[in-house]
Amino acid sequence: MSILEIKKLVYNAGDKKILHDFSLTLEAAEVNALLGTNGTGKSTLAYLIMGCGGYKPLSGEIVFEGRIINDLKIHERAQLGITMAWQEPVRFEGISVKDYLTLKNKEANPSFYLELVGLQPEFYLQRMVDKSLSGGERKRIELASILALNPRLAVLDEPDSGIDMLSTQDIINVINVFKKNGSSVLLITHREEIAMIADRASLLCWGKIVCSGDPEKVAEYYKSRKCLTCDREVCISV
Amino acid sequence: MSEFDELMEAFGEAGGDKGILANKETAHLVASGHKILSTRDIEGLEVNAKETLTGISARITVKREVKIKNPVHLCFGILHKKGTQKIKMDVKLQKNASAHFIAHCIFPRAEKVKHIMDAVVEIEDGAEMRYSETHYHGPYGGIEVIPKSMVKVGKNGRYFTDFTLTTGRVGTLSIDYTVEAGENAVCELIARVFGHATDEIKIKEKVVLSGENARGLIKTRVALEDEALAEITGITEGKAAGARGHVDCMEIVKDNATATAIPIVSVTNALAKVTHEAAIGSVDKRQLETLMAHGLTPEEAVDIIVKGVLR
Repeated sequence: MSILEIKKLVYNAGDKKILHDFSLTLEAAEVNALLGTNGTGKSTLAYLIMGCGGYKPLSGEIVFEGRIINDLKIHERAQLGITMAWQEPVRFEGISVKDYLTLKNKEANPSFYLELVGLQPEFYLQRMVDKSLSGGERKRIELASILALNPRLAVLDEPDSGIDMLSTQDIINVINVFKKNGSSVLLITHREEIAMIADRASLLCWGKIVCSGDPEKVAEYYKSRKCLTCDREVCISV
Repeated sequence: MSEFDELMEAFGEAGGDKGILANKETAHLVASGHKILSTRDIEGLEVNAKETLTGISARITVKREVKIKNPVHLCFGILHKKGTQKIKMDVKLQKNASAHFIAHCIFPRAEKVKHIMDAVVEIEDGAEMRYSETHYHGPYGGIEVIPKSMVKVGKNGRYFTDFTLTTGRVGTLSIDYTVEAGENAVCELIARVFGHATDEIKIKEKVVLSGENARGLIKTRVALEDEALAEITGITEGKAAGARGHVDCMEIVKDNATATAIPIVSVTNALAKVTHEAAIGSVDKRQLETLMAHGLTPEEAVDIIVKGVLR
């Protein structure tokens, strides 16, 4: 049984169609990289899976471990084991990094998770998760907090954006930790080198998956297609 | 139980360290209502206090070049349900002196209590004063607290104040602080208040940057729930070249509470710069959703956000 099954999901933002008849599956402990240009609906999909406010599908089903979760609230989905790292994580005044990493899992060792994302605990544990952190630091701390939850499914919305190229390996390491821990990952990214570590990649265009399969082939197609002339039809299947 | 012990008991219940006043290297002034219960001077610091008809009057002086190691504890309160306490304070830090004052204002059973503080503070050139003020007004809200202070910070002087009232009811609070900062002086005014039920909070803080390169920050964090009201006014005036000031007000509002923020910034010197930011509203949706995505219920998430803002 797939851990996540999205069946014929339809979502519009006002009059604009964002996802139409969108379907996707994710297996247990699988990393599926979702590629796509800006505005194709990748982040919207993440919000729909997480159940964020204002994101309710017009039709279709989101099924997690055999259970339709369309009507569940965010925290109810999180309590089932779904979580998400936002593309631009929000800041919090007065919450230390140490507290943030142990919000739900009090047994978690925050130092361990900071090291996994390439941050030295002695410099970060007592700092606040506020605007004193750089964008890259904040993203790493968000990833560490998601790792500390040991989720069944992690939706990572562009974990590599805002992080310098030299640190790409850190992100790859993090995703490998999710895999090792048996978490499934929906990995939203623009970067092919990140997508390459996935078990499978899918290309999203105009609200649909236009190809899915071997990450190398999908990434190759992603690089080679001429989207300026796209007629919004599904163009290829890898 | 003596009145002193009773006040210390209430101090402990409000989160204070009851044993701190026993330390002979720590200066203190303890007053309940109109009575002075205890004072202690230490070398380099003088506490001259006297009882008045309505409260107490105190003059505290930190001598030139003296750096007071341990915080000076000021403990004021009314243990009865009703009463008025007027405190007049004159604090002076002479040239290059430094001290940290911790004020505990405790009114655990207040049903009809009025506490008025009128302070004049002079921080001479190169001196540094920290003033941390924590209030506990009990659970009934029957209290009116009116702290007023005029602070003058000399050249290269530093003044940091931190007002906290986040446990129990507020009652009616009306803060009125004015700080004038001289050349290269630094001042920072922080207030954190959590209003409940029908509490009314009025905070007016003003920083006048009158010396060249003076720096000022007014930071206010208020959370409100039920029918509570808050009006926060942060005023900064840049009057000299190189002066830099900032007003930062955040108010989180729940239920039927009402919040107003009035940042007033002005410059009368083209080389001064003063900025402000104010955010009022319910708990930030993205913050809430992020914590919920970590598995916290909406109630747990709001609690963590509010506590963080007031921390």
